[in-house]
Parts: sequence; structure tokens; C-alpha cells
Amino acid sequence: MSEPLLEVRHLKKYFTTKKGLLHAVDDVSFSIEEGKTLGLVGESGCGKSTTGRVILRLHEATGGEVLYRGRNILELSPREMREMRRKMQIVFQDPYSSLNPRMSVKSLIEESLLQRSRGMSSAEREQKVLAIMDLVGLERRLAYAFPHELDGGRRQRIGIARALILEPEFVVLDEPVSALDVCIQAQILNLLMDLQKELKLTYLFISHNLSVVKHISDEIAVMYLGKLVEKADHETIFKDPKHPYTKALLSAIPIPDPTLHPERIILEGDVASPINPSPGCRFRTRCRHAMPVCGEAAPELMQNGKSIVACHLCNPQSVETARVGGQE
Amino acid sequence: MNVFLKIEGLTVEYRSGNRHVHAVNDLDLQLGEGEVLGFVGETGAGKTTTALSILRILPNPPAKVLGGKVIFKDQDIIQLSDREMRAIRGEEIAMIFQDPMTSLDPVKTVGDQICEMILLHRNCSKKEAWEMAGDMLETVGIDRGRAGDYPHQFSGGMKQRVVIAIALSCKPSLLIADEPTTALDVTIQAQILELMKELKKKYQSSMIMITHDLGIVAEICDNVAIMYAGGVLEYGSVMDIYKDPRHPYTRALFDSIPDVHRDQARLKVISGLPPDPTDIPSGCPFHPRCPHCTERCKTEKPEVVHLNETHWARCFLAQEEGRYEHE
Repeated sequence: MSEPLLEVRHLKKYFTTKKGLLHAVDDVSFSIEEGKTLGLVGESGCGKSTTGRVILRLHEATGGEVLYRGRNILELSPREMREMRRKMQIVFQDPYSSLNPRMSVKSLIEESLLQRSRGMSSAEREQKVLAIMDLVGLERRLAYAFPHELDGGRRQRIGIARALILEPEFVVLDEPVSALDVCIQAQILNLLMDLQKELKLTYLFISHNLSVVKHISDEIAVMYLGKLVEKADHETIFKDPKHPYTKALLSAIPIPDPTLHPERIILEGDVASPINPSPGCRFRTRCRHAMPVCGEAAPELMQNGKSIVACHLCNPQSVETARVGGQE
Repeated sequence: MNVFLKIEGLTVEYRSGNRHVHAVNDLDLQLGEGEVLGFVGETGAGKTTTALSILRILPNPPAKVLGGKVIFKDQDIIQLSDREMRAIRGEEIAMIFQDPMTSLDPVKTVGDQICEMILLHRNCSKKEAWEMAGDMLETVGIDRGRAGDYPHQFSGGMKQRVVIAIALSCKPSLLIADEPTTALDVTIQAQILELMKELKKKYQSSMIMITHDLGIVAEICDNVAIMYAGGVLEYGSVMDIYKDPRHPYTRALFDSIPDVHRDQARLKVISGLPPDPTDIPSGCPFHPRCPHCTERCKTEKPEVVHLNETHWARCFLAQEEGRYEHE
């Protein structure tokens, strides 16, 4: 087994709001091996995007560690972090709003080079921009076009080119295909997978779309209200989901086949508020298997077969621990 | 099944300066009583424009209906006066819009917003209307005590329930739902779809479901129209379309969605982009992207090829059996 490129340990991010402390990311741990993809799924507000941003220090973490090749990047000075970001890039969700409308394709892609590679001649820069445009499948004739002249798929290709021009090792993909039509979505997914092979990239792929995540990820982690509830390789999680939330999430996907009518688990109500969450399992308010112990102690992530699950129902030993903990 | 909505040769155009955007081109469709029809297609295929022309709420200008008929219960909607149309809109045909966050009035309580619709079409007192609004809220699974709350006090899924309650408050015979769950999370989407299925049974109303999600169509629709460049390329029952798609575009659409229940190494991709609506290709609009394109496709627009009573496709090659392998 190769060394993990990125290891996140007990990562926490709290936001202070008028109503109290918002637990956006609460004690999340995972690691990603070099050249692999971890898919992070969950509903809106579960903290998946915040996790991606805290890893890149676009938000400062409240607690925890982010180890990049064994080095805790949360402790780096701003100058060191700037150097680090060359290796860690992000592609944002909405290609319509993440590009400056007044810049041409060429200057958009060149922008990050200007910041990071001072001393490069303009001819060299141009060479590099054109090379990366070829790589992501943007026609060279579009170099002087502006974002509004391009369709969503091409705009997202610019976003990818901007991230890749600094030759990063690790890329956070924050819902990169959610704003695109299905056909264009397929093109971009194929492109991302080709680029990963070619450039040996490591991805953190954030999405709410389970079918997309399954397609691209080696491992999948499911988040609910700031907590990681289950993690497994991409086959196990679909064939043998353990956590009641994962099960409900999977059964909620409409299947494009009129002959199949699987039993659907309909979750009652809405996601609870992440502000000042009560102790115990965050999912218990919507869980059909909720037990008294679920309100007493938050379940820990534990190995269960091939998966890691945080649920008292799946891990009887965690109930014991919670009971003992409660009595002390 | 009685045909109660029939669209014949509908052509709609948007004008901006000298540019003419051909949004809907010579579209033919029909809808039976109690039927749920799915409009499927990519952005710009003309799905929403078609729906808006049925309700006659196209922004005019820039939109203009250039020709065609929309026959609803034996009268041509396009020819009706504004006053006659107002009586149909909301009462007979209602619409659910995509984004529940923006389709409700933020400064009115949800109860008032439902009452507004009822008072417009029913001859009743304010008090009776409020009673009915409470009943509607209960029908969509919201406690009637919340009628006095404002939209911002509801979550996204609850707001969409309110929008559905408004649409159904006058028991319309046709409901048009424009991507009703696209803005919602999957677990909430499942709740709303379940609700719509229940209401469909309860009210027996016909429905047009606009979506790009083929999973939702499989679940809720009886028939499907595959739309591309402002026209219908293939039409048939859900079984026909999913099990025996005949148009290359339909086939390609299915191939490009990642399927949770199958392992695919690579997604098959339709080469090229959807056509520019100001410059629709000659002949078959799909020909520049079609892997089976022939010389004939480039110049001649394919006529409808009937495959069985309900299933048809606009493709010269539609008759050839087993051209596509089914995985």
C-alpha cells in the first residue's frame, strides 16, 4: 500500500453565527492515496464543500490536522502556504460565476502563472497556456474569446486548465459537473479521468450526485451534518451500504429503468440545523432505527466488514462504549 | 384515452436585434386524459418554451408564436382573448416552476398566496378560501397551522410543497411541472416525487413533467417526448423509449448518464455540442453529431416513422431493428 498523499485528522471548522456555533465540519478524518480519488457525498449543508476549502486553507480550520506528505499544512506560514498551493488546486462548481467575464480565455489561464512563476518570458507563458488548452480540449482558436461566448462545458474546461497549469499533485473538484447538461457532464468526467491517468493526479471529488461520484471515485465517504457517517470503496458502498443514511440516500436516486421498482426509503422531514447540534447521532431525528442510545452518545467510526461506519446499529460494540462512557 | 391537449405545428421564436432564435420548430404532440408526459432534453431543447406557450405566458416581446395550434378541450388556446385565457390559466392549467426559492412572494404568508389563487377562480368568501388553503396545505403534508408563516420560514422542500399546493388549489385538469425537483436534494426530491405520485392518483389530472433526469421520467411518466433543437425526435411509452430506443440521440442520451447500477469504465459521449438555436442545421437537426449520419440526413428532414401505435421517431433509420445493442 502506498503512502497517503493527504491525510485529514479530526478536522473541525465552526462558524460563529448570531444563533450560535455552526458546526460545519465536525471531527472529520480520512486519507487519500496518491493517484486515487476520494468522493465526498452528502446533501446541501453537510459540510462537504467546507471540508474541501479547509484542506486548501481557503477557510482556516478550527481544529485538527491536514497532513500533506506527512507535513501539517495548517501550521505553514502564509509564504510557505503560497508555495504549497502550487501543488494543491481547486476547480469550482459554477463555471458561469467563477470566471472573470472581462478576461479572455488566454489571460484567465495565464493569470495563475503570472502569480507563481515570475521570470517566465511571455513567449514561454504563451507556450504553456496553449499546451494546457490542448490538454483539456480547448480549441486554440478560442484563446482570445471571452467566457460569455462559450458554453458551460468549455467554461468548465477553462476552470480545469487554470487549476492544472501550475502542475499540481492534488486537486479538489467541488461539484465540477453539477451545473452542466448530462451530455457535457459525461465529456468533462471523461476528461477528468484521462487527466488523472496522464498526470497522476490525486482528486478529492465533492458532489451530491451519487452516480457521478461512483463513476469517478476509488473510495467514497458520505457526510451528514458535518460528520463522516460511512466510508468504503466505491463498490462496497453501493452493494452493501451499512449506515441507514447511506441506504436512504442510495434508494432516493431515481433509476432510469421503468421495469425496476425497488423499495424506497423515504426520509421524513428535513436536515436538522447544524447550529449548536445536540449530543448523540446527528441523523437520529430522521432515522427509522433510532434507539435511546443514539441520543446519548455520538457513534464513533468503526470498521465493519469492508466499510467504516459511524452508527450504533451497525456497531454493537460502540453501544457498549457509549454506555460505559455515559456511566462515568 | 381521450386526447385533450393537442399541439400541432407549434413554432416559437425569440427575437433579439437581428437574431432570430428558433426555440420551438414545428412541434407536434398530444396528451391524453390522466396521462403523464415527460419532456426530456438538454438545455435549449425548447422544453420550457413549449410549456410556456401552452399557458400563454411567453414573454412577448421577445418571444413570438409564429404558427401552430394548441388545442385544449376543443379550443385553440393561441386564438383565445386574454380574458378567456385568464379563466383557463390556474383553473384548468397550472404550472409548478423549477425554483421554489424564487417562485413564492416573500412578503405574503403562504396561506394568502394559496387564497389568492382560490379567490381568483372560485366564488367564495375570504374565510372559506382560507379554510380551503388550510386543506390544501394538509394535502401536501404541511400542518395547516403554518398557513400564517412566510416563505422564508420554510425549507426548500417545504416551499416546493407550498408551490404544489397553489398549483393544485383549483384542481386543474392539466398540471405542468418544470423541473420541480432540480433545486432540491435527493432525499427531499424523493419525498416530492412520492407526493406527486399520490396526488396524481388522487386528482386524476394530466401532467407534463419537464426534466432532464431520465430516472425521474422512468418513475413517474407514462409517455416520453425526447426533445432536441425545438422539436420532438422520438415519442413513445416509457417502455418503448427505455427498452427499444430508435433514435440515435435517445440512445446517446442514455449512454451519457453514469448509472449507479452498472459498472462503466468510460462514459460514451455525444461528440460536438447542441445546435446553435439561431442556426439550426438543415435536414435532421441531429445530423452533425450523429454517428449514423448519411447524405440524405443532411438535406432532408426525416418524416415521422411509426413503429407501433404510440411509438414514433424522426429518423430515416428508425425502422432498422436491432441496430443498437442493448447492454
